Amino acid sequence: MDSRTAASVVCAQNLGLTFGTADGPVVALTDVNLTVDKGDFVSFIGPSGCGKTTFLRVIADLEKVTSGTITVNGMTPEEARHKRAYGYVFQAAALYPWRTIEKNIALPLEIMGYSGAEQKERIARTLELVNLEGFGKKYPWQLSGGMQQRASIARALAFDADLLLMDEPFGALDEIVRDHLNEQLLKLWARTNKTICFVTHSIPEAVYLSTRIVVMSPRPGRVTDVIESTLPNERPLDIRESPEFLEIAHRVREGLRAGHSYE
Amino acid sequence: MEKESFILDRLLPVGTVVVALVALWYVAAVFLNAPFERDTAARNGTTITFAELLPKTMAQQRPVLPAPHQVIAELWDTTVNKAVTSKRSLVYHAWVTLSATLLGFAMGTVLGILLAIGIVHNRAMDRSLMPWVIASQTIPILAIAPMIIVVLNAVGLSGLMPKALISTYLSFFPVVVGMVKGLRSPEQIQLDLMHTYNASSAQTFWKLRWPSSMPYLFTSLKVAIAISLVGAIVGELPTGAVAGLGARLLAGSYYGQTVQIWAALFMAAAVAALLVIVVGIAHSAVLRRMGARA
Ligand SMILES: Nc1ncnc2c1ncn2[C@@H]1O[C@H](COP(=O)(O)OP(=O)(O)OP(=O)(O)O)[C@@H](O)[C@H]1O
Ligand SMILES: [Mg+2]
Repeated sequence: MDSRTAASVVCAQNLGLTFGTADGPVVALTDVNLTVDKGDFVSFIGPSGCGKTTFLRVIADLEKVTSGTITVNGMTPEEARHKRAYGYVFQAAALYPWRTIEKNIALPLEIMGYSGAEQKERIARTLELVNLEGFGKKYPWQLSGGMQQRASIARALAFDADLLLMDEPFGALDEIVRDHLNEQLLKLWARTNKTICFVTHSIPEAVYLSTRIVVMSPRPGRVTDVIESTLPNERPLDIRESPEFLEIAHRVREGLRAGHSYE
Repeated sequence: MEKESFILDRLLPVGTVVVALVALWYVAAVFLNAPFERDTAARNGTTITFAELLPKTMAQQRPVLPAPHQVIAELWDTTVNKAVTSKRSLVYHAWVTLSATLLGFAMGTVLGILLAIGIVHNRAMDRSLMPWVIASQTIPILAIAPMIIVVLNAVGLSGLMPKALISTYLSFFPVVVGMVKGLRSPEQIQLDLMHTYNASSAQTFWKLRWPSSMPYLFTSLKVAIAISLVGAIVGELPTGAVAGLGARLLAGSYYGQTVQIWAALFMAAAVAALLVIVVGIAHSAVLRRMGARA
């Protein structure tokens, strides 16, 4: 293991994953080489079915690779999971319907053995972070889909994991809320120095948020381009009209087009 | 929308059916009890007009089918007019059966839940146990009840316990089936979430599987409590038990006391309804506490 592997948060080498299904094997990922360093904000973008979710699930030890290697914090994904190295925001909110919003946020804290006072403090803090103050006592069905998704983000932020895996967390939100949460997420990232792996279908979102953008293509799922952002760390929303921003967005679009076949 | 009217929406339809049933019952009682009156008249060498016959069919000592008011009179007499400790009190007999029912129901529920937990968490148990659980219910309880009673008597168990065990035998089944389904009801994404927290099996059980299974549990319990009562009554039949609703049924049929049989039947039905209602109330109370939509 070289020094880069040890220092990096995620390091995948020649990673491949094939699902054995009833209608034969499905190659979800092939030959993925990728390193995510500490403090990176990496976006994964690519057409539906290209393996973005699968790759995140591999990092989270929810799927096992079938070839190649991957390390998380220098460990196997399983060891990293045992150490509770990451928080995962699923594509759906996955709140437990019998728990109130604050109880949902408390779920990981209960499991990880935080004290009652600590739980209360963290619930209040994360609810404020996602602008859900006052909704702690409500049940999930009393909230809109977007509010539920924010609650699930709060749940992933409640405990101290340095790595945040987010699978299209803002996919179901309207543009304005999305902008707001993008801003909030950037602030959070800058303040906490977390490492974030973020799946999205939106080019502007990817460019606005990321330090690096991983462009993927399907059948079989692979990485076709990794784009380093040249944008400054300080990013007001109107940076999206700057030439630099449009330039990066253009590169991403080209990368997507190249990997996209119209058969 | 208009406000719901209790009288129009609930009482009227139910009341109509009750009135229709009672009317039908009277007709049937007259029809079924008339031959006895005609025979009696014929033996005495007289004939009997329908007008004379009608009241008599509703006041026989041992009618083929007692009229509703006879059953009600018997129910009133054996509940209100007798001390509850008296052997002639239907309340006393109902309590004897009820205690066996509740004990059997409690044991059946615990057994059912434990088996379901085993089946859900252990593949070997799933494969080896489930066929037996199902097979157990294919044996008619009427065939197996006397054997259970005899065997248990031989080892010195008598009274409440054998009856409760028959209730257990019947009631654990819906609980196992419902709870296996309930404990397996969490969605994959909910289980994945627990996995990302590195939650232990016990934590996953108490924080996810158990709460998910509550609707299934209570649906099963409603069935289980009703068949527990059936089990307790069946358990009283082969022993020639001296107390309990089953004993009343048996004694009634020995001595042709059809009014007593029907009174005991109605008592059993009332107890069953009461038990199911109590479980239903517990069900909605639990779901309300779990934040279900009002
Ligand atoms: N459990 C599974 N069993 C079999 N095949 C699977 C499984 N999960 C995913 N796949 C397949 O793997 C491929 C990648 O799926 P994945 O969910 O990672 O795509 P995605 O990039 O997240 O798509 P989307 O943008 O629509 O969410 C798809 O072809 C999918 O059919
Ligand atoms: Mg996906």
